[in-house]
Amino acid sequence: MVFGIVLIKSQVVSWFRIQEMFRLESFHMYGVIGSAVAVGALSVFLIRKLGIKTASGEDVVIPTKTFNWGYVIGGLIFGLGWAITGACPGPLFAQVGGGFLVVLVTLLSAIAGTFVYGWLRDRLPH
Amino acid sequence: MYVFAVLQQPWPWWIAGPLIGLMVPALLLVGNKAFGISSSLRHICAACIPAGISFFQYDWKKERWNLFFVAGIILGGWIAVTFMSGDHSVDLNPAMVKTLHGEGVSDLSGLLPGDVFSFHALLSLRGVIFIVVGGFLVGFGTRYAGGCTSGHAIMGLSSLQWPSLVATMCFMAGGFFMTWFILPHLLKL
Repeated sequence: MVFGIVLIKSQVVSWFRIQEMFRLESFHMYGVIGSAVAVGALSVFLIRKLGIKTASGEDVVIPTKTFNWGYVIGGLIFGLGWAITGACPGPLFAQVGGGFLVVLVTLLSAIAGTFVYGWLRDRLPH
Repeated sequence: MYVFAVLQQPWPWWIAGPLIGLMVPALLLVGNKAFGISSSLRHICAACIPAGISFFQYDWKKERWNLFFVAGIILGGWIAVTFMSGDHSVDLNPAMVKTLHGEGVSDLSGLLPGDVFSFHALLSLRGVIFIVVGGFLVGFGTRYAGGCTSGHAIMGLSSLQWPSLVATMCFMAGGFFMTWFILPHLLKL
């Protein structure tokens, strides 16, 4: 819920902000993502260095991602969609909450896209 | 009251970014959860329409937290727009405003261009491309890439995973390509 508020207030969910990002006409989005990564990376570093455990006392485990070509091809495809819709999955949900009900159609299309991916997966290059 | 007024304004990147970044440790420390949103699309498929496809045959109930998380996003979106709106105007670069006007986008007042994203627009080719095709590319692409900006750009980079850097660079490449070469034509439809 906090994430939803932040997304709206930071205008990360604004189609126009995403356009500005891709047109290199504003620093805003780069600032958001850059500082988010900085804070995230610092916090992961601290968790590891200080051995901070989870609320239930377990060790924090971050599975290592193994590379596959899906990251490249899928990444490019997602990028194309991101520039069109001006939103990645998180903002889609926030926009729906914010009253942009037509985005429900976008969301359904996204679910359809995920479904088709699952269906075609074995036949796609990875 | 002053704090309340501040909350109403759009937030600058140096507040928003760190808050988003804090999602990473928050989720890890609460229960070893990896920050990521696009997997919710997969969980929804697995829960509703698995259709015997192996990609959707897994214990999605274990990742239920993710569905609660996105429900929270929806709620948060509603709260932000309903209660925290104040001065709604997005402070846009005038050069881009001019370009967009030239490309056939006149409604720049909200978060999304109203003439492109509306139920009415679905009756036009432009609307279908932006809403349906765009959404499809997002859903297909994020799962193919195993993550979106949250999962790869933020969580992946925070945990120093180089595949996430590759993914993020491809997101940006796809976005740049679309914006510079294809979008102007699509907007004119």
